[in-house]
Amino acid sequence: MQQNLILHDRDELIAPLYQFDRKFWTTLATLIIIIAPGMLLYVRQLVLGLGVTDLNRPVFWGAYLVNFIFLIGISMAGTVISAVLQLLKVNWRRPITRIAESLTVFGLMTAGLQIIMDMGRPDRLAYTLIYGRLQAPLLWDIASLTLYLLTAIFALYLQLIPDIALLRDTIPATAPLWRKKLYEILALGWTGAKEQWRRLEKAITVVSVFIIPIGISLHTVTSWLFSTTVQPGWKSTILGPYFVVGAIFSGIGLLFIATTFAREYNKHLKAYITETFYTNLGWIFIVMSAVWFYFTLNETLVVVTEQETLEFPVMASKLFGQFAPAFWGMNILMIAATWILVAPKFISDKPSRNPLFQTVTGLGATAIAVIIFFLLWLRLPALAAPAIQTALILAFVLFFIFALLGVTQWMKTRLITSTVIASGFVLFGMWLERWNILLPTLTHARLMPYTTYNPNVTEIAVTISTFGILTLMFVVFYKFFPSISIWEVEEGRALEADSAHQ
Amino acid sequence: MTDWCMVIDLEKCVACQGCSIACRMENNTPVVSPEEAKNGREMRWNDVFPLPVHLGPDQGEYPNVKMHYSTRPCMHCKNAPCVKVCPVQATFTDEEGIVRQNYNRCIGCRFCTVACPYGVRYFNWFEPQWEETLAEYRNPDQLVVKGSLEGPAVRPVGVVEKCTYCVHRLVKAREQAKVEGRDFRPDEYVPACVQTCTGKARFFGDLDDPDSTVSQLSKSLRATHLLEDSGAHPKTLYLAEG
Repeated sequence: MQQNLILHDRDELIAPLYQFDRKFWTTLATLIIIIAPGMLLYVRQLVLGLGVTDLNRPVFWGAYLVNFIFLIGISMAGTVISAVLQLLKVNWRRPITRIAESLTVFGLMTAGLQIIMDMGRPDRLAYTLIYGRLQAPLLWDIASLTLYLLTAIFALYLQLIPDIALLRDTIPATAPLWRKKLYEILALGWTGAKEQWRRLEKAITVVSVFIIPIGISLHTVTSWLFSTTVQPGWKSTILGPYFVVGAIFSGIGLLFIATTFAREYNKHLKAYITETFYTNLGWIFIVMSAVWFYFTLNETLVVVTEQETLEFPVMASKLFGQFAPAFWGMNILMIAATWILVAPKFISDKPSRNPLFQTVTGLGATAIAVIIFFLLWLRLPALAAPAIQTALILAFVLFFIFALLGVTQWMKTRLITSTVIASGFVLFGMWLERWNILLPTLTHARLMPYTTYNPNVTEIAVTISTFGILTLMFVVFYKFFPSISIWEVEEGRALEADSAHQ
Repeated sequence: MTDWCMVIDLEKCVACQGCSIACRMENNTPVVSPEEAKNGREMRWNDVFPLPVHLGPDQGEYPNVKMHYSTRPCMHCKNAPCVKVCPVQATFTDEEGIVRQNYNRCIGCRFCTVACPYGVRYFNWFEPQWEETLAEYRNPDQLVVKGSLEGPAVRPVGVVEKCTYCVHRLVKAREQAKVEGRDFRPDEYVPACVQTCTGKARFFGDLDDPDSTVSQLSKSLRATHLLEDSGAHPKTLYLAEG
């Protein structure tokens, strides 16, 4: 029985590792095309100086720093969630631990890369070690990032060892020699002996316990970069937990997108990563969104109510000023994401005959709502009468509600698609959130006229490039190692079979 | 212990910007193109700027406007936010109370520029350039001690720079006294902006010496600091108008 299962997994999970087919090369080529312009512009920045970006005085930090915080955020969730689920012995974690942990490693690597790209003198990076001042928040961040990266790599590697041994034993004769050597070295002489398993389980438990505080520390310290300064908008005591919550929130979003990407890339994975995972992690996602809204309300309400002379202009620029599109955009995206996740839970599983819950109704209502919105937007003189305006607004609200109801049934039947859409909204919303924390403060310096900042071509290209690199690492890594922790899945099956016997 | 301090009498200041230019020539701050300046990349270690910075309804309407000028060298804070955040100690407060910058150490993370509440720290976005023959008139002075590069030395691209109270002048004055075999007198050292000030609005000296001009002026009822509530304990003193 056990032997059969391994063979079955072997076909689906191991065989694709040796197929360098057209799909792989196209993906690789596309990613390189995405990455190349940003890298070229970065080389230009290295040669000419940071002046090629649109940073200025007082906006000394910009898109690069936003990316840095964002990447730290998305990387936090992977290993921490995997560790928490591991310690709680949650069974549905098994197929996704590998993807979660690798996201942490790659996210942290790109975050480090981003911060080096933001440095005026990247050639002096080693000075942070040689002359590092332990009192400086930036050094805490460097220490925390390094520690978390090393622990995450270690955790990923520990989970990989039995699978690497499996790869070593099952490698086809046609595989290149260096690959054989690679697996042989990385397997560390794993034979699957009882004592080896005992030690591995112990090591994984210890690492899981340690990685949770390390992960939380990293994001807290990143928030301290801002909250330990005396700048209005940043010196807030809840920034630490706010960052941690946002990090887990966006991290889960990326995890959903990455697992779905892996599922679509290798169709066999659909049998392993099932809807159960989407439902269960979806609940954690909903909880995180609630906590996130709670913190956002705290951050906003207090400052708005006290109207302090330095803090309030920063907040006002978010509520009504130049950052209003980003601030309200963020809120709308988050509300939409929460709605997408929550609304389907309220309707019954059976297909409804109620016309309100039909997809056609939804699409029709959406179209009408959009038309009304544009009618209102254009402010046509023919429709200027107050009565008509009121009627239009009411009609808009009504059709908007119809649209929402109509789509709910559609979402109910497409759990994975809707989760991915919600995740995309959350990721973009969280990027905007980082933007809204960083830039309103910088553009509202105290003894200088208020300024604006928009990233220019270099910064946008480098940003795209950075996310391209993240994807590239993901794609290449899973050409060498299985994207599902095979031994953990087997273990889960064995446990299930065991409980079924009893 | 010596504690160097500058006092600026805003009553006497005529906003001629002489200090700004003297500082530029003394400290080799590069001139940037008009486009770059518009983009906020200009460098004036000693800036003359209108106060309040953000014109609002409280300042009245033309011609009944309430507005004045101030000048802004580095505040050389006693609890300097920039020194606290520097990860490599490229910026530091020396034993005589001057906040200095080591261009050979700075990694260009720009944390200090972000942390400074006064905005008196500047970043070299590009390699500094001087038009035509201007480069020939650069101040040749530079401070090099144990690999640290300071003072008016031409800064490389990608590092942060700031007002140093012309610390190279202090070193020079000390050495001059040593060569002449006598004790150094505090009045031998003044920054370029103080030396040039048209309205004689600037004073410089040792705040720790109760008889010095700056000590006397610091007891004035008009004596105040810029953003006194910033928690940075700024040192550069202003004598308020009126």
